Amino acid sequence: MDFGAGPARAHAPGLSQTRMVQIEQDILAKNNAYAAANRACFDAAGILALNVVSSPGSGKTTLLVATIELLKTQVPVAVIEGDQQTSNDAERIRATGVPALQINTGKGCHLDAHMVGHAVETLRPADGAVLFVENVGNLVCPAAFDLGEAHRVVVLSVTEGEDKPLKYPDMFASANLMLLSKVDLLPHVDFDAKACVANARKVNPRIKVIEVSAKTGAGMAAWIAWLQAARTLAFPSGEVAAATR
Amino acid sequence: MHEMALAESILTTLQEQARQHDYARVRTVWLEIGPLASVEEESLRFSFDVVVKGTLADGARLEIETSPAQAWCLSCCKSVAVVRRFDACPECGGHQLQMTSGDELRIKELEVD
Ligand SMILES: Nc1nc2c(ncn2[C@@H]2O[C@H](COP(=O)(O)OP(=O)(O)OP(=O)(O)O)[C@@H](O)[C@H]2O)c(=O)[nH]1
Ligand SMILES: [Mg+2]
Ligand SMILES: [Zn+2]
Repeated sequence: MDFGAGPARAHAPGLSQTRMVQIEQDILAKNNAYAAANRACFDAAGILALNVVSSPGSGKTTLLVATIELLKTQVPVAVIEGDQQTSNDAERIRATGVPALQINTGKGCHLDAHMVGHAVETLRPADGAVLFVENVGNLVCPAAFDLGEAHRVVVLSVTEGEDKPLKYPDMFASANLMLLSKVDLLPHVDFDAKACVANARKVNPRIKVIEVSAKTGAGMAAWIAWLQAARTLAFPSGEVAAATR
Repeated sequence: MHEMALAESILTTLQEQARQHDYARVRTVWLEIGPLASVEEESLRFSFDVVVKGTLADGARLEIETSPAQAWCLSCCKSVAVVRRFDACPECGGHQLQMTSGDELRIKELEVD
């Protein structure tokens, strides 16, 4: 196929006043610029930002509440909640005592970096904090929107089926970590965890997997250890200390 | 779904570029959309038509170009063409693939007056 030729581009001088303009611009350039600004602001403040994505009801908020209970004595935590409607999730987080801000996207099916930038200005997470951003429950659209996060964490519950990584490959390809949630339900569902992990690795050979249950606490220690390691890696102790001072 | 957000983003770019390139109307927009960009072409066309109503791009035509996705096979140490993200390497059948292109979402060129 030759994109350089073709009738649409052939100009017949005199017949039309139109002209061609080369622009070569990424459609997501604007979002990416806001994401880069967020990332710079997080780095300067030693904030570890995590974009938590999943389909609706995979257990993100429940998992965040359980995580916060374990983490809040170790590091400052803040949460941005994205939802089309309601501020229920932010209220559930605030009940743990950590600051949370709700963004209602209305018709929007994803958070973008501009919304997150504004939310951060209002929320003002402490220096050295772990900032969780719970995205709108949707395995498609949020994949394309970088929020400036250090890591993207995809949550998949064992009630959803082991084929999800293949059905929504973009999301699993763009995530660093998959949390297989609600594993307390494994005895009650026909879910092949091994096949699910194999599917995830087909679209993303480097994805890390941790099995968790917010209900029983299974796997929570491994998840907290992953968070602490990610924090240390991003901000070797001196830097976090300096940023926190 | 997010095709609406993409259409809005395209319109913003067209409006910004109008100042810079001094045009009043956009007649055609050439986009490059990779096969892995998870964009539903028909949905994007529909959203674009809706979003540009009453703007400088009202009635503009969308020309969408797609080139095959490429991946780097870690086992073969070479670049191979793939159709979907989870395809196996067409040479060795392995899954040690690193996507190198295919998620493009770019405005390439405009026909304006
Ligand atoms: N058995 C079991 N149920 C869970 C677990 N975690 C969450 N749930 C249940 O799953 C349902 C959804 O949980 P949420 O935490 O609201 O899920 P979410 O992903 O935040 O949902 P949205 O924000 O609406 O997308 C609730 O009924 C929870 O009680 C778990 O570890 N085990
Ligand atoms: Mg929630
Ligand atoms: Zn190969």
